[in-house]
Amino acid sequence: MELHPIISSKGMNSSSTQFVTPSRFGIYEPIHQLGTWGENFKSNGNPNTSTPMIMEVDIKLDAQVQTSEDTSHRTFPPPTKYEQEASKPLKLLQIQRRLVQNCEVARKSRLWKKAYVQQLESSRLKLVQLEQELERVRQQGSYIGGGVDGFQKGFCGPVNPGIAAFEMEYGHWVEEQTRQICELRSALQAHISDLELRMLVEGGLSYYFELFRMKSTAAKADVFYIMSGMWRTAAERFFFWIGGFRPSELLKVLGPHLDTLTESQNMEVNNLRQSCQQAEDALTQGMEKLQSTLAETVAAGQLVEGGYIPRIPTAMEKLEALVSFVNQADHLRQETLQQMSRILTTRQAARGLLALGEYFQRLRASSSIWATRPREPA
Amino acid sequence: MDKITRLASEKGVVIFSKSSCCMCYTVNILFQELGVSPVVHEIDQDPEGREMEKALMRLGCNEPVPAVFIAGKLIGSTNEVMSLHLSGNLIPLVRPYQRAVS
Repeated sequence: MELHPIISSKGMNSSSTQFVTPSRFGIYEPIHQLGTWGENFKSNGNPNTSTPMIMEVDIKLDAQVQTSEDTSHRTFPPPTKYEQEASKPLKLLQIQRRLVQNCEVARKSRLWKKAYVQQLESSRLKLVQLEQELERVRQQGSYIGGGVDGFQKGFCGPVNPGIAAFEMEYGHWVEEQTRQICELRSALQAHISDLELRMLVEGGLSYYFELFRMKSTAAKADVFYIMSGMWRTAAERFFFWIGGFRPSELLKVLGPHLDTLTESQNMEVNNLRQSCQQAEDALTQGMEKLQSTLAETVAAGQLVEGGYIPRIPTAMEKLEALVSFVNQADHLRQETLQQMSRILTTRQAARGLLALGEYFQRLRASSSIWATRPREPA
Repeated sequence: MDKITRLASEKGVVIFSKSSCCMCYTVNILFQELGVSPVVHEIDQDPEGREMEKALMRLGCNEPVPAVFIAGKLIGSTNEVMSLHLSGNLIPLVRPYQRAVS
């Protein structure tokens, strides 16, 4: 909407009729709008006295940037000296007051628009981040609702709220774990007191136990999801054993970093290594038996109206057994960590925890490093 | 329950189990690896199975099976057995009952 100039340096005093014709000057509309905006200004505490506002307007109008789409101020030229005299027709004063209000509105509108654009920008950024997150999860083969229901095909993303919650919690867990590893690294380099180091070690251990608790809850929601390791990177999945890392693997990772063990410590670690391996073997064999009986249960299932319904009671028992295996494997991991913590000194335990954390970080990174490696042309 | 106590004292290492229970199988395998041949009672195949199950629960087990007794004393379930083994305290308990190495 183009507005015609209503104030010129020439015929000011004889222009009373100019302000009444809307079609020629198109000022009625903005002034009508200003009528309502004026209410807002009054509540904002803008002064209604003309004289100081006119001076203010002088500056504002001069400072206008013509980038805004706001049309209410665009074509108003700066007021001349005529307008700054106190003895003017009332109509002129009114116009001036509205002009000032108009500029105030324009200014506020510019500020609001700037804030809105900033909000849009940050929302857009967030959207991009969410899309990237979704893509990452999809590439990991994100959990697609349980069962063989056809209507769930093509729907990507977690359907089970327990699993969705777990995925989020696990993301936070990894972030916090990374931070703890950094803290541990600095602490070891800074040679802090044994007591403080002990606190860090206990904290680090508890944090692993926290993950086991999270997994236990998630396993009740969907045990196959936890067993599949879809919530972990591909490299970690390669080494997966009943829902997590092998306890014996843990001891192998720690081995090279424990070169300062005493004779008795060495013996205890060797004993732990052996009993850990035996427990692992027993669980593995139990797991194999469970898998074959579960397969039998599924195979013996009855087809009902085109769908598949396994023999419900037996299947439920088997799934509960699966949950108990995941829990038992985590229990083994926890016991292994606790025994190592008992056998080692505080400093040795801290170095061990750091080595373990860095091992998992490297494992997580190796998935993406492999995926983004430079390849030879075919 | 008398039957439980009697059966538990018959041999050095006794496991109360169910034929469908894979965790019981796991515990059995572990003892085998330690050179022990436990006596396994499948309570789901025992006519008094229900009472035995209740009795085992009353003894404080979260799960009725596997329930492991060594020298007539209740050791516990899988958790307890695993913890004992990793802390190195299981082998001393079963040493009298390990198979002689030929």
